[in-house]
Amino acid sequence: MKILHSWLNEFADFGNDVDAIADRITQLGLAVESVDRVGTPVKGVVTARVLRLEKHPDAAKVTRVYVDAGDGVERHVWCGATNMQADDIVPLATLGTNMPDGRVITQRGILGIDSEGMLCSGTEIGLSSDGSGLLILPKGTALGQDVYEALGVDSDVVFDLDVTRNRPDCTGYLGVARDLAAGMGKQLTLPKVDQSSTGKSLTVPVDISAPERCSRFTVQVMSGITVTQSPDWIARRLARAGMRSINNVVDVSNLVNLELNQPNHAYDFDSVKDGFIVRLARSGEQFTTLDSVERTLSSGDLLICNAQDKPVGIAGIMGGLDSEVTNATTSIAVEIAYFEPDAVRATSTRLALRTEASLRFERGVDPYGAEFAVARFAELLRLTCPGLVVHAGATDARTDALPAQVRTTPVRLNTIKRVLGIDVTAKALEDLIAPIGFTIVKSATDEVVNVGIPSWRNDCTSEIDIVEEVARHFGYDNLGKIVPTSPVHGRLSDVQRRRRILREIVVSLGASEAMPNPFLAPGDLAKVGLSEDNALKLANPLVAEESVLRTSLVPGMLKSIAYNQSHRIRDISLFEIGHVYPQGKEILPDEFESLCIMVAGADASVAMDLWSQVSSALGVGAQLSQDQPPAGYHATRSAQLKRGKMVLGSVGEIDPTVLANAGIVGRVASLEVNLSVVLSEVPKPQSAQVVSKYPSSDFDLAFVVANSVPAANMVKALRQAGGNLLIDVALFDIYRGKGVSEDARSLAYRLRLQAPDRTLTDVEVSEVRAKCIAAAEKLGATLRG
Amino acid sequence: MSSSSSLASEISQAQTGALSAIAGASDAATLRAVQADLAGKKSALTVLRSQLGKIQDADERKSAGQAINACAQIIEAAISERMSLLLAGERAQQVASEAMDLSEFVSAKRRGSTHIVTQATQRLEDVFIGLGFQVAEGPEVETDFYNFEALNMPKTHPARSEFDTMFIEPASADQEPNSVLLRTHTSPVQIRVMQTWKPPIYAVMPGRVFRRDTPDATHMPVFHQIEGIVVDKGITFAHLAGIIEAFTKAFFGNEFTSRLRPSFFPFTEPSAEFDIRRANGAWIELGGCGMMHPNVLRAGGIDPDEYTGFAFGFGIDRMAKERHNVEDIREMYTNDLRFLRQFS
Repeated sequence: MKILHSWLNEFADFGNDVDAIADRITQLGLAVESVDRVGTPVKGVVTARVLRLEKHPDAAKVTRVYVDAGDGVERHVWCGATNMQADDIVPLATLGTNMPDGRVITQRGILGIDSEGMLCSGTEIGLSSDGSGLLILPKGTALGQDVYEALGVDSDVVFDLDVTRNRPDCTGYLGVARDLAAGMGKQLTLPKVDQSSTGKSLTVPVDISAPERCSRFTVQVMSGITVTQSPDWIARRLARAGMRSINNVVDVSNLVNLELNQPNHAYDFDSVKDGFIVRLARSGEQFTTLDSVERTLSSGDLLICNAQDKPVGIAGIMGGLDSEVTNATTSIAVEIAYFEPDAVRATSTRLALRTEASLRFERGVDPYGAEFAVARFAELLRLTCPGLVVHAGATDARTDALPAQVRTTPVRLNTIKRVLGIDVTAKALEDLIAPIGFTIVKSATDEVVNVGIPSWRNDCTSEIDIVEEVARHFGYDNLGKIVPTSPVHGRLSDVQRRRRILREIVVSLGASEAMPNPFLAPGDLAKVGLSEDNALKLANPLVAEESVLRTSLVPGMLKSIAYNQSHRIRDISLFEIGHVYPQGKEILPDEFESLCIMVAGADASVAMDLWSQVSSALGVGAQLSQDQPPAGYHATRSAQLKRGKMVLGSVGEIDPTVLANAGIVGRVASLEVNLSVVLSEVPKPQSAQVVSKYPSSDFDLAFVVANSVPAANMVKALRQAGGNLLIDVALFDIYRGKGVSEDARSLAYRLRLQAPDRTLTDVEVSEVRAKCIAAAEKLGATLRG
Repeated sequence: MSSSSSLASEISQAQTGALSAIAGASDAATLRAVQADLAGKKSALTVLRSQLGKIQDADERKSAGQAINACAQIIEAAISERMSLLLAGERAQQVASEAMDLSEFVSAKRRGSTHIVTQATQRLEDVFIGLGFQVAEGPEVETDFYNFEALNMPKTHPARSEFDTMFIEPASADQEPNSVLLRTHTSPVQIRVMQTWKPPIYAVMPGRVFRRDTPDATHMPVFHQIEGIVVDKGITFAHLAGIIEAFTKAFFGNEFTSRLRPSFFPFTEPSAEFDIRRANGAWIELGGCGMMHPNVLRAGGIDPDEYTGFAFGFGIDRMAKERHNVEDIREMYTNDLRFLRQFS
């Protein structure tokens, strides 16, 4: 909402310290997003009359304009605008003028023909926001004078306010001024109006067939009108608010809307004199709005029709072409109505048609502002139509749905204390909120006050709304700052703490954390060997390529690896900790948190090493199920991590076909772990084992073992054979090649024997050694020399 | 049979011989051999000691024994002294010969890095933990109830349209359209926390949120927020302002201050925007906050006549972006290792 300083000051003496005003408005909750000075004169721009227009055969897009700047010299100017004609008076930036945008006007023309200046739009010289064509000044404006002087323009300041949804009253000057006057302790002064009617009674009947949707519809007939141009000051105000001046009637209508936040519509009286019908549209009904667009309506849209049931406007949004005020109009019917906000918003959204009227109606205008607004309308119109007649017999159709003029809510003074921490008496409450139109209807008890809510504040319905008004006008800064002493022990949960440990471990293992997009393209899951059946789809994706929710971190990680490979980055090792969302049986998916680490150019043993580090750091274990390779993994180089029937994750290499689909070169080692399971499995504290004081005996055993026998089975067999005395066994070397048959490998183990209570004898050591060898041989292993 | 004087001269000779051998040892190994010889059966001192028994006179024998022992001690001290000297020399030589260029090493494993959004999240969590908050989490796919309805935004609430919500396609024909969605803010966790924890509640809720925003330099459709709530008896607006101020100083530094100014959110009333001010006086808009709306407390199963509470929230990505001077927020999500590894 753009608010002009000069206009705002008509409501109260806010003074000229614009920064202080802006700050105060912001502190009241209407954030001032910008403060712009406008109308600062640009020296060298003078009024000039268009003498004639010419086209040049080689320059189709521009016009040669000959102008007279009052000195009798004919000047030639090139001009890109098309809205001027002979005798128009336009602004001419003379040679040497420094334009606000930094340009300096020079003689340089086109096609070798000089331009003796530049004709300006309102935007170019800071006089309006209309840059679509030249600024055309009123006929009869003297030539050769400073254009700002000619227009009587004063410099002004525009505050651009971000009006929040809870302030339906602040899309107009009156509401902003009322709040600011209260906030600055100033007296609010309303424009003076004459609310009497003078003419004979002229009543326009109104039939409301949708009483919930239109609860008030007033019509005031005015005659004695000459449609003409508005006074300059009105045109300028509108221009600075971003509106074009059309004619005196339409301009007044817009001005009342801006000033009093009261949308209104002036019809040519003849087109509606037999009456109005307010009804729901028929589904598919066509209507051409003022902007010449034919709209197809639905049964939820509300129409204003004339007595012949011919639509003249979409309620609260936009009127139609046929009933508009024309240059021939001498009488008008001014409609001011109250429409149900949600329905206006629904229609406006559906038609993608947002207007100055709809933005106000959808927030909720003052249902009781019609009388004052129509009087102000007449007052302003009388400036150009001295013979204006305001007819008696105005229509005021109301339905049961009309909100009460004063709604009340009980407010407990203790609630103010509980929420704001301040003691407020009934009297202090009144002092704070009466200046913004709230009333103390009656004190129910000493502790409960019935507060009357003004009709322009439909956002206020309950006690807490009043508490907010108290806070705003008491001042947030005055409510104090107290750091509460938390009685809660601030800490991370076990899961969160373990997640941080895990991240540190993974980072220390060399992986960097990626955050791939959780949205996938259709087919992305299939490309990594996963089904899309259990994937959620977005109903309204931004783009189709991001319409599927991931059920696995793998697609995103592979994309990241491919991206890095394509940028020739070495040592690619990435991880992600993130949610995946497979569809479950409930309304919400079986969402869980997953870890995925991927290392490019590494084989399955690297993935196993990652798992061994991660599982040891988290103190969790799983069975390695290599006979059930996980989907999308290398069928002979991967395993599921299982706990009974529950799958905890996957480990191994990504399937070569999947890698090829992803455009990845070389192997990729991958580890996936369901963190929702393992992070919550907090291991019991480990009980300390007594460290033996007696010497240990170490020996190595190397076996040739068939490839078909898993190394894990060997360790298991050695452990069993070694019994209690075998305190450590570790695989330290794997050898394939010369001296070992092709379908086998050599596995070398280091074993350590130790007793807690004695030094082992040579006999004991050789007994255990023999048992271990025998156990290995049972698996088909042969001891290497 | 030697006289005592000849014994004394023999001891003296043995000592001279031994000391000369010790002094002549030029390295520790030679000295050890000398030491072994001197302790051996054939050494002069050993021979003399073996002859002590032949001395008849007890006094004479005793004084001869003492003389031999004294000589042995002198020899032992000389060995020890010489040994220290030789060893020190040998180690000095070793150290000199082992010179190593420490910049000449092969790194076995490069450390990875956590994402800067994670780093920012953890820093924020830590600050709030210090202020007595716990950390809560919730699902990213949510129901309409938790994302809107419970937050005082019933079905027709106009503010809903401002959230640019991404909806999940109904799984079956009997599921109402738009009833499941990607959470547009972390606020649903407020409700879940209130439903499961009991006051006093001091909780922050960081997490991933989703809006149907076309990516640009400052927006991503997937981003991160942190949100906090305090629910207890006697909590007022002043406590909200106090926590915001304490957080501002703890996170940004003591030279920063904060202010609240009125604003509007459906789930809080009174509502505020909170701004922080740098030492140079510039205000920066940071986030939104307010006293929890009675309807929100009720939705969380908490009686607003007994308890009051406040809530605040802001974006995490921006914190990371500004801390590290990232120009375009999209950079943070390309997963380019050249970008990621800068922040390990």
